[in-house]
Amino acid sequence: MLELALHARRGSFQLDVECRFASEWTVVFGPSGAGKSTLLRLLAGLDRAESAKILLDGRPLTHSARNLALKPGRRQTSMVAQQPALFPHLSVAANVAYGLHHLDRLSRATRVEEMLELVDAKDLLHCRVQNLSGGESQRVALARALAPQPRLLLLDEPFSALDGVASDALLVRLQHWFTARRVQAVVATHDATDALATAAEVALLREGRLAALGPADEVLAAERQRLLRRLGPV
Amino acid sequence: MDWQALILTLKLATVTTTILLVVAVPLAALLVLGRSRWLAAVEALAVLPLVLPPTVLGFFLLVLLGPRTAIGREITALLGHPLAFSFSGLVVGSVIYSLPFAVQPLVAGFASVEPALVDAARLLGAGPVHLVLSLLVPLARRSLLAAAVLSFLHTMGEFGVVLMLGGDIPGATRTLSIVLYNQVENFDYAAANRTAAILLGLSLVALAAIYAGGRPRGGRRA
Repeated sequence: MLELALHARRGSFQLDVECRFASEWTVVFGPSGAGKSTLLRLLAGLDRAESAKILLDGRPLTHSARNLALKPGRRQTSMVAQQPALFPHLSVAANVAYGLHHLDRLSRATRVEEMLELVDAKDLLHCRVQNLSGGESQRVALARALAPQPRLLLLDEPFSALDGVASDALLVRLQHWFTARRVQAVVATHDATDALATAAEVALLREGRLAALGPADEVLAAERQRLLRRLGPV
Repeated sequence: MDWQALILTLKLATVTTTILLVVAVPLAALLVLGRSRWLAAVEALAVLPLVLPPTVLGFFLLVLLGPRTAIGREITALLGHPLAFSFSGLVVGSVIYSLPFAVQPLVAGFASVEPALVDAARLLGAGPVHLVLSLLVPLARRSLLAAAVLSFLHTMGEFGVVLMLGGDIPGATRTLSIVLYNQVENFDYAAANRTAAILLGLSLVALAAIYAGGRPRGGRRA
């Protein structure tokens, strides 16, 4: 359960979101510039808000009234952005192992192989990241984010470089994995197909405000009606 | 050829460069990653020796490290001798004087590392030291090389600070720049030419090494 009350200003843009994500897989849906990435960065602790309260299963990650803001690495939170941001001087294996310095060498190697297998990228283990395609890079970035076994996973348009079939298969596998390990995922996308495919809870974000929150089909049907109404009488 | 002065100059440049890298790497990382508003003042202080006349800096240090100040007296009591007119004093002066030449390339190098990579490392639990050593330094290794070479060369050619703070003591504070000055003052232009050629040659070789290291194999337009 993720509870949040965020009020942040970025130049002329204002983000005001107060809600509760109960589903294990919540899709934050909205057009470009709606504030999806800003929301994810605030959840990750990478940016600061003017006022913020973020509770993950009742545990405060950020609570500005109490002057509390856990550092990004202490929030049990991982994030995969649209650009995979793999460390270019490290191999695939070293990238995935980067957040595992608390484990011994053998456990680290085992975890790296498990994570790469989960995202169908085990054969990339010893590759250099410069030689990876866009889709392969996104899989490795996903494996790296999952390796420390976070409680909260933030995905910012993470499947944009994967083809449809590969993306769907990976989504199904990840959802099973998340359910088994009680990982909560918040996925930002501007693609309605992504939101519908997962049949998840959808938070509709528009101009920095939460326009709707509920089951995917209901929220997206209402949004479709709204857009049709804007076109005028047919 | 004054071999003693050459060896002393190389020793001074090596010690100074080593200390500078240890100091400048965390300082540059702080300047790039830090959010405090005081960092602008810290950066200004670090770069100040670049615009300060060397003789002025040397004079300030001479006074500060001498027996007139509490710091100077404490250091004298601790070491058993004053820092002024000693090799240790020259090292202190050189570190301060060459600090901008180490900090500035590193700041430029660290700032060129993609912020998304820094964010990814922070999210994966990298603390400040791990972040610098595992990400910033490897990705900015050319800047590290540039910082080391520039610090080394700048220290080798230093004159004003050395003269003010160290004087001209053979084996202790007489560097090649002082030797060159003495040779010119004595109208020994042949010896001065040789000394100047050594300083010039070392500078050219080191700079060529930096540019060779930073040049793509297929050329810049490849």
